[in-house]
Amino acid sequence: MVGEILDYLWLVPALPLLGVIVNSGIALFAERPLLLAEDARRPTDSPGDDHGHGHGASHAAPPYRKLVAVLGPAVVGASFVVSLLAVLALAARPPHERLFVQVLFPWVQAGTFSAPAAFQLDPLSSVMILVVTGVGFLIHVYSVGYMSHERAFARYFVYLNLFTFAMLLLVLGSNFLLMFVGWEGVGLCSYLLIGYWYEKKSAADAGKKAFVVNRVGDFGFLVAMFLIFWTFGSVEYTEVFARIPGLAASGVLTTGIATAITLLLFVGAVGKSAQIPLYVWLPDAMEGPTPVSALIHAATMVTAGVYMVARTNALYLLAPTSMMVVAVVGAATAIFSATIGITQNDIKRVLAYSTVSQLGYMFLACGVGAFTAGIFHLMTHAFFKALLFLGSGSVIHALAGEQDMRKMGSLKNHLPVTFVTMFIATLAISGIPGLSGFFSKDEILWKSFSSGHGHAGLWLVGTAAAGITAFYMFRLVFLTFFGNSRMDPEVEKHVHESPYSMTVPLMILAVLAVAGGWVGIPHVLGGHNYFEEWLAPVFAHGAAGAAHGEAHASAALEYLLMATSVGVALCGIGLAWYLYRVRPSKPKEIADRVPGLYGVVLNKYYVDEIYDVAIVRKIVNGSIWLWEAFDATFIDGIVNGVAALVQKAGDRARRVQTGVVGNYALSLLLGAVILVGFLIWP
Amino acid sequence: MMEPSAYLLLSGILFGIGVVGVVARKNALIVLMSVEIMLNAVNVAFIAVGSYLGDVTGSIFAFMVMTVAAAEAAVGLAILIAIFRLKETIDITELSVLKW
Amino acid sequence: MEPVLFVIFGAISVGGAIMVVTRRHPLASALYLILTLFSVAALFALRQAHFLAAIQVIVYAGAVVVLFIFVIMLINVPENRLPMERLTGLRFLGVTVAGLLILESALVARRFVMPGTPDADSGSVEAVGRALFTDYLLAFELTSVLLLAAVIGAIALAKRKI
Repeated sequence: MVGEILDYLWLVPALPLLGVIVNSGIALFAERPLLLAEDARRPTDSPGDDHGHGHGASHAAPPYRKLVAVLGPAVVGASFVVSLLAVLALAARPPHERLFVQVLFPWVQAGTFSAPAAFQLDPLSSVMILVVTGVGFLIHVYSVGYMSHERAFARYFVYLNLFTFAMLLLVLGSNFLLMFVGWEGVGLCSYLLIGYWYEKKSAADAGKKAFVVNRVGDFGFLVAMFLIFWTFGSVEYTEVFARIPGLAASGVLTTGIATAITLLLFVGAVGKSAQIPLYVWLPDAMEGPTPVSALIHAATMVTAGVYMVARTNALYLLAPTSMMVVAVVGAATAIFSATIGITQNDIKRVLAYSTVSQLGYMFLACGVGAFTAGIFHLMTHAFFKALLFLGSGSVIHALAGEQDMRKMGSLKNHLPVTFVTMFIATLAISGIPGLSGFFSKDEILWKSFSSGHGHAGLWLVGTAAAGITAFYMFRLVFLTFFGNSRMDPEVEKHVHESPYSMTVPLMILAVLAVAGGWVGIPHVLGGHNYFEEWLAPVFAHGAAGAAHGEAHASAALEYLLMATSVGVALCGIGLAWYLYRVRPSKPKEIADRVPGLYGVVLNKYYVDEIYDVAIVRKIVNGSIWLWEAFDATFIDGIVNGVAALVQKAGDRARRVQTGVVGNYALSLLLGAVILVGFLIWP
Repeated sequence: MMEPSAYLLLSGILFGIGVVGVVARKNALIVLMSVEIMLNAVNVAFIAVGSYLGDVTGSIFAFMVMTVAAAEAAVGLAILIAIFRLKETIDITELSVLKW
Repeated sequence: MEPVLFVIFGAISVGGAIMVVTRRHPLASALYLILTLFSVAALFALRQAHFLAAIQVIVYAGAVVVLFIFVIMLINVPENRLPMERLTGLRFLGVTVAGLLILESALVARRFVMPGTPDADSGSVEAVGRALFTDYLLAFELTSVLLLAAVIGAIALAKRKI
């Protein structure tokens, strides 16, 4: 029975794929003709008006919408059930046998290179598929409510299902190539979904930006993959990781190669997971529908980089330099984007920078060798950040598309469910003891201090970022739900709590945001870290290193650090309370006192502008040069030159045809002489 | 008893001279005569080798070549006359309508 | 005896041929052609090909060259309207290549090895006639057709109006 369920592992990605096929059929053959007909009926209307909450709802809902609304979430839900059963079956095995590889068919085979289409279920991918399908299912359900006014309803669910499929491929694939396919697949879906409202230029631009920035990272990933094949002769996880000790011993796998591979992989991770310096696309990605931000740009896709680093932990542990780079980039991103989060006024942008910051935490964890903590935070973050995004989506939905927090306020009475659930998530992300965020964040901070790869400086940065996180999150909550209403009166009249399809996922996620951390309560707090135990087989190396580091640290120190981080978080909350509840005029005064600094942070440290000047302009100018100077003269010159050459050669060759028989006889003779010469050649 | 290679060498020299006449002269009459020299050169080779081999085939071939030479001369000269009537020239370089 | 006669007639034939190719007026060429053809006939006789030697004299010297001379007279191009022969690059190339061809034939001739035994009778009138009317009868008859075609063709071409 146990084996039987695992044999159906292929259903996990196959079910969302089924959704893609059916929904795309509906989108292409039912929805598209309808929308085109609608557009044709009212040609004067700008299609851009459909953004958010257009007039699509005024029409009678076409029958296919119901089918899509059921099918879209249902396939993901079914996938979740299969995942759960498969993971339970895996858990029933003894820890060292918790590795299941299902080979579907040989996929790419060329010489010594072979990459089968195979799925690998182990503790790490178990966590990932549960998060992807579980949170994904809730967000699908939520989307039914949130997107109910959209005209292109089926198209949305095609993308969302496709994303789920690609993400599952990414985490379930048993080799780097399949991971790369999933990696590109989620990138594509991200692009499609950010640009879902493609009539809006900013949305289309944001999609392009995400796509282009991700390419930079993908390049690193690709090169790393080549290097892995070159070094190990395989791209299959099990084979690569099994060969590491042997190759390291024989000197083939030097620290240099390991560093190169891991750094290149990290370039990929930096692109996908929006770390410095490639984080710029994620805040812009908020142009997409909010459930998309929750699913792709908070809970799942952006954590793919963390998953990849964790997956290749055996390689990272061979390269201390890479570990350090990962940790430093993670910590820097955590604090850097947290500071930007303070000044943003768009509710989704605050959350976007928060996501970047939290991803920095995850990389910090991986960089100090605490892969378990990183994945743990990945999971808890998926819960509370998805909740925050969905909550903000609920707010935006209620306010008919308003995203500016300066035009909100006092919403806690209008949107009780949203308020309570979002407040829980805010507590969780701030690291209030007892909630999921506390356990995962604290474990990261503790490991960054105590682990063999850790450093007190990293801990300090992480703790500071935690305080800032608490501050800006409570700023968000206070601005949105408390104080006086700053809403447009017109909007205020229509404020309503969201439908059940939206609030129920919020409530479930709230429960998870509270309880999700209880599987990993640290030993010092009298808990039992089931999560660490579960992932131990995957991080055999890392666990040994971390335990080694921990031996030096005392329980008392751990308590002290824990108290410090909680204290910092409480300070952040208190400051937010003081600034935004007690003295609401104070923030403006502070901003006015240091206009330069405030302006810099408000404008996100001008990173986009710097990139624009340093990279984008140069590329654009270079492209213009290539077009005008290189293409128009050189390439066209070659093309025209070849034509002219042929013409000239033809003109010359024409003269060979003199019409004089003697000349023909001469060439005949020439041929004969050459032929005879060839025949009598010694 | 002579070596047959002497005849073959003579044949080659005569043929080469004929070739020079064909490719280097403008006068169509001389070109035709050069062709006759070439054919004769071939005949020398045929006869010589045939007699050295004691084979009558060499003579038969030479006979056939002579027939062809006679026919060629007759037709070639007829064409020449026709061309001369048409163009008032026997310069073959001016007969260049074969181009394009 | 044979080598001496070979050298004499060979030299005459080569010299005649050179004269044929180099003379400005075709009539001179035609006369030198007769010389060449006669010496070639002598060479045939030297190789005991008496029949061919006779044919050579009768057909070539007697018929073909007379035809040439007849045409030269008929056309009668004045001396000043003969084509101007100039040494162009192509001509020079042609002469060079012809020289190469002679060189090649010399190489071939040097390598030639006689496999069989000579038979004095191979070129006699009797032997040729026997072969011509037995083994090569069809070819012989076909030459008559060829000649007929040539005669008709020549008449057709040279006629002013058919």
